[in-house]
Amino acid sequence: MKPFVSHTGLVCPLDRANVDTDQIIPKQFLKSIKRTGFGPNLFDEWRYLDIGQPNQDCAGRPVNHDFVLNFPRYSGASVLLARENFGCGSSREHAPWALDEYGFRAVIAPSFADIFFNNSFKNGLLPIVLKDEEMDVLFAQCEASEGYQLTVDLQAQTVTCPDGTQFSFEVDAFRKHCLLNGLDDIGLTLQDAEAIKAFEAKHQVASPWLFGAIK
Amino acid sequence: MAGKTLYDKLWDMHEVKRRDDGSSLIYIDRQILHEVTSPQAFEGLRLAGRKPWRIDANIATPDHNVPTTKAERQGGLEAIVDEVSRLQVKTLDENCDDFGILEFKMNDTRQGIVHVVGPEQGATLPGMTVVCGDSHTSTHGAFGALAHGIGTSEVEHVLATQCLVAKKMKNLKVAVEGTLGKGVTAKDIVLAIIGKIGTAGGNGHALEFAGSAIRDLSMEGRMTLCNMAIEAGARVGVVAVDEKTIAYVQGRPFAPQGADWDKAVAQWQGLVSDDDAHFDKVVELKAEDIKPQVSWGTSPEMVLAVDQNVPDPAAEKDAVKRGSIERALKYMGLAANQPITSIKLDRVFIGSCTNSRIEDLRAAAEVAKGRKVAATVKQALVVPGSGLVKAQAEQEGLDKIFTEAGFEWREPGCSMCLAMNPDRLENGEHCASTSNRNFEGRQGAGGRTHLVSPAMAAAAAVAGHFVDVREMLN
Ligand code: SF4
Repeated sequence: MKPFVSHTGLVCPLDRANVDTDQIIPKQFLKSIKRTGFGPNLFDEWRYLDIGQPNQDCAGRPVNHDFVLNFPRYSGASVLLARENFGCGSSREHAPWALDEYGFRAVIAPSFADIFFNNSFKNGLLPIVLKDEEMDVLFAQCEASEGYQLTVDLQAQTVTCPDGTQFSFEVDAFRKHCLLNGLDDIGLTLQDAEAIKAFEAKHQVASPWLFGAIK
Repeated sequence: MAGKTLYDKLWDMHEVKRRDDGSSLIYIDRQILHEVTSPQAFEGLRLAGRKPWRIDANIATPDHNVPTTKAERQGGLEAIVDEVSRLQVKTLDENCDDFGILEFKMNDTRQGIVHVVGPEQGATLPGMTVVCGDSHTSTHGAFGALAHGIGTSEVEHVLATQCLVAKKMKNLKVAVEGTLGKGVTAKDIVLAIIGKIGTAGGNGHALEFAGSAIRDLSMEGRMTLCNMAIEAGARVGVVAVDEKTIAYVQGRPFAPQGADWDKAVAQWQGLVSDDDAHFDKVVELKAEDIKPQVSWGTSPEMVLAVDQNVPDPAAEKDAVKRGSIERALKYMGLAANQPITSIKLDRVFIGSCTNSRIEDLRAAAEVAKGRKVAATVKQALVVPGSGLVKAQAEQEGLDKIFTEAGFEWREPGCSMCLAMNPDRLENGEHCASTSNRNFEGRQGAGGRTHLVSPAMAAAAAVAGHFVDVREMLN
């Protein structure tokens, strides 16, 4: 997993509540064998005017120009603003995969669904909870100025606006540690690689038939 | 200090490290891979630039998506009609080739359902930790192994680290004492257990099946039992090692040999719960009380003996239970108080990782022999659990018995157990099935599954409705 320390990027305002994972990545794309390839289908039903199919080239599809992500001024956005209960619905890990692949590094909202919140940390996407009134400030500023960027600093736990206004956010110490260091569950377990190797050596002496049998 | 349960021993043998938060790193001896839950795990490895920790701990075979008709199978991978299925099978092939993982490909005689193939090859051994991205991995506990299903992220985790992060569970013992009646099988035992303790009865527990009736079962029967531990809510099911376990394992391709064999047997003989081991919960059943079982509803705990009547919601005082009975009756298209034997079948499915081993096919063939599938039954499928089971059955002439009776004899795979391939129920159809889940839509949208033993399924195929198979056995 790529570490997240601090990030400055273009902001896209998605002014909706209860954005569910089916909207983030519709179910027909779950038949995929991949963890990648979901970026073009992020928010598929909102981004395009036709119904998307897996393995389709999205380049020629009719685009919904009324959807905020398609506004030229938000092209290349990497910070998403949203309203409450973002990521509700199914547990699909495909939702953070899609957001990440599209290019988002952080989602800022007043609240998130639990599973999505967890899945995001596992995939290097930082979900940030700010108060409703703080969200209102960000939405207003973002809409007022083209090219609006925010700086998200995980170390300091702050979101900094272009005018210097700063909001701080809470994050679980363990998750912060993992994300700062780019440690996913596997990365964490691999910190114990020496213990695993030592165990393995002992295990092989006790049960040699468990090793090398299958080739 | 109290002695240890079998589960305690298996846990202790594999605990690499206990972490501060109470979870442990558990070393995994064997991972079995199939085409549906592994692709993203392999891709994850690649994206992170990681290598599998120990190639020789893994073995793979495609099963969920493979077609089971000879016509479609003969053409190999390219002939799989469903594009997504073909891609998933192809991806497994490519991943295994790339990483050097031994795979029994679709038309290899050793291919089959993951939970049939592992034990058959001796890739599942007593004392092992076994995982697979499939909840019925509990099957392998029949060998005195610690085995359970995992998700895709964990498949990747095991590939990369050879470990899982886990918390120790509690111990539950289900003891079945006595002697089973004729025509009553391991499937009936496990359905009766689930009927008694419920689908959440084993939550948070490792379930050890014990007692004289369990010791009397063959290894095939014990696999059927452990297979459905998950349906009782227990991710892990285990049976103590005995002479039958060791005899079954001996001589299998990946079983130890020579001096290793003797050493292994000495270790395996200790894989039993100590007499003074502490179980957090104990449930007892008498084998003599168990009759052939039939599930009538949409959860494995909605099960009755074949001579009983479907429940009447009006007789249920608990409002939540009454509601669930009403919903299940409606979905299943059954009337309150209707005798189980009055339920007519549209299709019959003999197969799945629960009941597709040679002994299961023999039991079904014994009933089918010299009889015909009822004209009202649209389709009766027999799907062997592996290519080797199929070959063995053909050598014994079981395929002839089935086809002469009007059953279709298929190529190995999961088939109609979950209907990811073209074998499925139509809306509203009733199916006597030897599989393990009767959830709504499991065997096809609107399909109505009744879980039974292979002998009961064959009897239902012949009669066109459920019958007590004991009346058909001489
Ligand atoms: S036979 Fe059914 S339950 Fe068993 S592994 Fe296949 S799909 Fe799962």
